[in-house]
Amino acid sequence: MLVNDVVCPFCGCLCDDLELEVEADRVVRVLNGCSLAEATFMNDTRLPAPIRRTSTAWEKISYDEAIKETADILKDADRPLLYGWSSTHGDTQSVGVHIAELIGAVIDNTSTVCHGPSILAIQEVGHPGCTLGQVKNRADVIIYWGCNPIEAHPRHMSRYTTFATGFFVPDAQRERTIIVVDTRRNDSGGIADEFVQIEPGGDYAVLSALRALVRGKESVIPKKVAGISKEQLIRIAGICKNAKFGAIFFGLGLTMSRGKYKNVRNAIELTDELNRHTKFVISPMRGHGNVYGSNEVFTWMTGYPFAVDFARGIAFYNPGETTAVDILRRGECDAALIVASDPGANFPRVAAAHLAKIPTVLIDPHVNATTSLSRIHIPCTAAGIDAAGTAYRMDGVPIRLKKVIERGYPDDAEILKKIYDCLNGWMIP
Amino acid sequence: MTELLVKNACVIDPIQGINGEIMDIAIRDGRIVESVSDRAEVIDAQRCLTLPGGIDSHTHVCGTKVNFGRYMSPEDMRAGRTQRRGRMHVTSGYYVPTTFGNSYRYSAMGYTTLLEGAMAPLEARHTHEEFTATPHQDMLANTLFDGNWAVMDAVREKNIKKTAAIVGWTLNAIKGYAIKLTNPGGTEAWGWGEDLTSIHDQVPHFEVTPAEIITAMIQANELLKLPHSVHLHCNNLGKPGNYQTTLDTFELVPDLNPDRQTLYATHVQFHAYGGRTWRNICSKAEEITRSVNSKPQIVMDMGQIMFCRTMTMTADGPMEFNLHCLHHNKWSNHDVELETGSGIIPVTYSKKSAVNCIMWAIGLELALLTKSPWQCLLETDNPNGAPFVKYPEVIGLLMSKRYRDEECATLHPDTEGNTSLCALEREMDWHDIAVMTRAGQAKALGIINQGKGHLGTGAEADIAIYPIRTDSVDPAREYRKVVEGFQKTRYTIKRGRVVSQDGEIIVDGANATFWANAKIPEDIRVDNDPEFIRRFQEFYTVRMSNYPVQEIYLPRGRRVDTEAFT
Repeated sequence: MLVNDVVCPFCGCLCDDLELEVEADRVVRVLNGCSLAEATFMNDTRLPAPIRRTSTAWEKISYDEAIKETADILKDADRPLLYGWSSTHGDTQSVGVHIAELIGAVIDNTSTVCHGPSILAIQEVGHPGCTLGQVKNRADVIIYWGCNPIEAHPRHMSRYTTFATGFFVPDAQRERTIIVVDTRRNDSGGIADEFVQIEPGGDYAVLSALRALVRGKESVIPKKVAGISKEQLIRIAGICKNAKFGAIFFGLGLTMSRGKYKNVRNAIELTDELNRHTKFVISPMRGHGNVYGSNEVFTWMTGYPFAVDFARGIAFYNPGETTAVDILRRGECDAALIVASDPGANFPRVAAAHLAKIPTVLIDPHVNATTSLSRIHIPCTAAGIDAAGTAYRMDGVPIRLKKVIERGYPDDAEILKKIYDCLNGWMIP
Repeated sequence: MTELLVKNACVIDPIQGINGEIMDIAIRDGRIVESVSDRAEVIDAQRCLTLPGGIDSHTHVCGTKVNFGRYMSPEDMRAGRTQRRGRMHVTSGYYVPTTFGNSYRYSAMGYTTLLEGAMAPLEARHTHEEFTATPHQDMLANTLFDGNWAVMDAVREKNIKKTAAIVGWTLNAIKGYAIKLTNPGGTEAWGWGEDLTSIHDQVPHFEVTPAEIITAMIQANELLKLPHSVHLHCNNLGKPGNYQTTLDTFELVPDLNPDRQTLYATHVQFHAYGGRTWRNICSKAEEITRSVNSKPQIVMDMGQIMFCRTMTMTADGPMEFNLHCLHHNKWSNHDVELETGSGIIPVTYSKKSAVNCIMWAIGLELALLTKSPWQCLLETDNPNGAPFVKYPEVIGLLMSKRYRDEECATLHPDTEGNTSLCALEREMDWHDIAVMTRAGQAKALGIINQGKGHLGTGAEADIAIYPIRTDSVDPAREYRKVVEGFQKTRYTIKRGRVVSQDGEIIVDGANATFWANAKIPEDIRVDNDPEFIRRFQEFYTVRMSNYPVQEIYLPRGRRVDTEAFT
């Protein structure tokens, strides 16, 4: 059977034009998707049933037993952490917040180790952005800064930017100028009209130089800024000022290098400055398929996009203190529930080591590095494959993920609702 | 079967022509009935003021830009936090509260129905998700068409039927209730960093003018027989001298509907400025109200500002950028492909600012100078002019000349010379306030037939009982009691259940979402039009099949069918 207009749940692009060939309970062919999409749908090897660690091995347990034990672990915890949420749909995230509120937990999502600094910058200076279709239909200048879309968001360029035919940009490849800024020439840099090789840690200085140039302060710029010649900086500032519509996309090269959120703030303020001359927008390249959804759901329910601590009864937010890595690094956390993510692979060693010390439960369709740190692993549906639900694209556009096959697993939202019920709470029906 | 009897209620129900009668209200299974059995639960209203549930016909509480207002403002989240308590979830935020915060606070004030002022169709799913998390109010969504490419093309072709077909398909697809135009044409121009300065400017590339868009959409709206009229945020918001644009716009509006207005002009305070610069801005409320008083086809809302810190958020992207260039605070912008724009910046309205004082006075002047309260509804464009929790103060100001005078004495000295507020003697009565906060909204939104805004037999039992005895309070003198009384009901009853008592939420919410479904003849349906489909697939970044909002997002959806094109 062929299924059309399928949404790929893997990355923040949420491409919704895939065509899948489905046989019984598996996907046998993926059309229109990138290699990441193909792997998402085709290499979907699941943990068959819930497992619990014994002193020497793993034992299979029932869902009811796993749920009961998870609830017990959370009930007994003084400082529980609920982490992850970015590769599942909105209903699951919403139940997660309700559990956190009920038991006074810290709840955090994967922004904490990716675009958390971007959120801090936005909280200082705002975010001039747009939906991706604005870029596709209008932009004649595209800047990729500290990111490598060809590897990480393989269809970003063909659907939304460089190669996408837009209403006002009918001949995209000729009419768009592509600027790539990075510390090394990656694949994306290879197709740039202007590649800007920046010295590691030099982003803040380069952004400051560009702001000065846009303001007409050429005389204050030295001959070189972080390895980039003044001539090239002047050329880039000129391209930006003369753009009809410019768009900056940035990745972890900006958020996680020296300067962190101040880099992002500087990039946003450059965008602001450029809007006094032309139209310019800026957007983070969000990684996980529904990481932006976790920010959205957390925000309308608690007021904050990540790192929310309910220990005081109210929702409290102080990144650096209430962020998952910090709670773990300080050894403060005494139980963890990880949902739809893999901190075992992504967290600093000391934080991951603490997860291994405390009772950690993982709810995720797949075996991953976190499994080996966990006491219990409960498999579930994978949003967008065998479960439907809402995901928010990197630009905030909400899209309904489809259920394309049935594999007999319970939805993670259902598992969490049962955990909630065990915790004797109340929640909206 | 559940039954409830509210005894000894002092009822003001303008739609039913009831003004201060002491009566009993019988409720069965969520609706008002003639009588109930003696097994009914009884509430003694003790002759307190009892009104149909409050209706907000223009507020920003759910959706992409509201949530972004929260996202970018941890400083506000800290300002309004409450703990989980009984049935109440944790809340955060003062001027952009979390969804539960909005819902509880509106409920405590007796509000049971809200119209979200601006929903971009592409992001409608988000709005509906937040509606579900705003459990104590029935919700409706204004749907943005100000920069809709397909609409502008149809308007340029002077094809009203096609315009209507596009609107009808869109409302059905994304479960919207009404047509909203925000700075029509201007939001598309803002896609290039530009704006329009009059209703006769051409939209870049599309070769239509705001006047043409507004005129065509009014006709399309009536062709679709939509329950609400076109809901317009005029061009040139917040610019000195913009009253002329507003007057020019009002002149475009024919009187096409015997049951309601033909145009709802929102937050008119922001559109009633004389002068040429911020230095010589002055009130043109007299000119605006003179026009409205002679045009029954127009209903407006005040867009009152109050002195406080708050957040401005609107689809009017260029306006927000201009405001940002004045305030130099943080600025967010979010343009939506083929549809509209939006912007967000925080502001503080201060009594030390002459401009802010004049704005404050203009809102009140509009209400006091409009002869019929049905034509000027009480709103603050929440949270743009002030968060909705300020409504009781606005009521107090409208009911008491003394309160206004006391406030005026604290304002910037330039206020008096640039407005006429101090000369206005009018003091509104309880009936006027009931019109301006529920009955007028129900009529304007076209939801009287849905059982909203009145307490007649068959109506939905949405009722607010305030701790105010109208026979013993003189609002002109005791305005503090009026303000306090409207801040917290004794009881808020939603669909026959007491949801809030003395400000405490006591049950889980179970709201409904109303949306409009116009029946469109097969031969002009745009989802049968290959050219419409081609352009959609080519220029949107989502597939046309993934655009519609599934009914699962409206767990208690209430479809309002219309006999369009008849």
